[in-house]
Amino acid sequence: MIPAQVDYVRPGNLDETLQILKDREGDAKLLAGGYSLIPLIKLRLAQPALLVDLRDVSGLDGIVETDDYLVIGAKATHRQIHEAPIIRDRYPLIYEVAGHIGDPQVRNWGTIGGSVAHADPASDWPAVLIATGATIVCRSLVGERAIPARREDVHEGRLGTAHRHFFLDTFLTAIEPHEVLTEIRINRRPRGSGGAYEKLERKIGDFATVGVAAIVVLGPDGRIARAGIGVTAVAETQFAATDAEAILVGNPPSEELFRRAGTAAGAQSRPSGDVRGPVEYKRAMAAEMTVRALRRATERALAYV
Amino acid sequence: MTTQHITVTVNGEAHEADVEPRLLLVHLLRDNLGLTGTHVGCDTSNCGACTIHIDGESAKSCTMLAVQADGREIKTIEGMASGATLHPLQQAFWDQHGLQCGFCTPGMIMQSAWLLKENPAPSEAEIREGISGNLCRCTGYVNIVKAIQQAAGEMAAVAESPTGSPVAAG
Repeated sequence: MIPAQVDYVRPGNLDETLQILKDREGDAKLLAGGYSLIPLIKLRLAQPALLVDLRDVSGLDGIVETDDYLVIGAKATHRQIHEAPIIRDRYPLIYEVAGHIGDPQVRNWGTIGGSVAHADPASDWPAVLIATGATIVCRSLVGERAIPARREDVHEGRLGTAHRHFFLDTFLTAIEPHEVLTEIRINRRPRGSGGAYEKLERKIGDFATVGVAAIVVLGPDGRIARAGIGVTAVAETQFAATDAEAILVGNPPSEELFRRAGTAAGAQSRPSGDVRGPVEYKRAMAAEMTVRALRRATERALAYV
Repeated sequence: MTTQHITVTVNGEAHEADVEPRLLLVHLLRDNLGLTGTHVGCDTSNCGACTIHIDGESAKSCTMLAVQADGREIKTIEGMASGATLHPLQQAFWDQHGLQCGFCTPGMIMQSAWLLKENPAPSEAEIREGISGNLCRCTGYVNIVKAIQQAAGEMAAVAESPTGSPVAAG
């Protein structure tokens, strides 16, 4: 497959990139690893007039903990994330997702920012960002916006600058054409918390039939103080299983509780039937993956005291 | 559309080219440089037949533009043998019947070489995970795994030998 004709530029820094995006508003696409964008332009589902290669834009691939956040630069590859000691030691949810996306070649080159900006409704990272209540930071010449992954965080007004959440619809995000996704901020992992990702796939490297990322935060009384559940591949875009989260909070973890939460997550999903299975099956699997993710997240929360 | 001037080093040899930005790296290798060992299989980054090394890291060359390779070092299947001596992976695929039609083989070998660079003594499970981005449609993977195990053993023996040559068996 041959992509349509396109121009190409490789700016040397972020300011230059932002200026190009402003000048060419609407007809430029950012290129990092290319593992989401290039298939799209080969299939001619996207036909940008200009590709802006971020290769020479430095400072966008750090993985660090600040006082409040785990900050992952947009250009960090899945592999860099998987190999970062801080991720391996303290963020098992992120560790297992980063090590399982696509295949080794994809992980060598594909970036978290590219995947998140692409917003494929069956991709893995958005479920994680929703479960963890992450914010996605976008920069333009005007300044910086921190956009909540979760729709619910906009209603709470927690994050003043954004008027809407990040994952809006299939392949549609809140990024404006003149913005660059620069980093992802995930709340630092508190003691007594754990996360896990359960992905059902037909074969290794496949897109998820359904994927569930779960975070469980246990209070000093052993009850679930907070829960985050992000679900992928069973709706037009990833979503927070808020009914399931509400069932969990305030209760001691138990298999029976997880089952009720799983059923709620399945009921909140809106799958479409396709080669990966009919609607009823996908709902049932969304429920089951939720139960499994909650089990393992709770085990990890109990072990991280 | 403007063309871009790029310089790439392929199997140790520098090449310059003026390319359209839309030119895929695999087409630069096959059509412009005549290196047809790198195959185009699925053309959708699923099958891995087009796997090469870019700056030492395995990549699917159907999912990269030639302009993205500017200034980088590329290695393809043609760069694996030393003269008439096959690379241990090439020899092992031969010895273990790790191919039938051979279409996936260049990509399998390039991905296996990357895997053994990262993990010189992989378990069977690690080998299978390591080649999970490469599809074989004829043999199944049993003999491919055996071939990678054979090569891993031989390459480890070479690495441990003080003379740099394989340790004689027995």
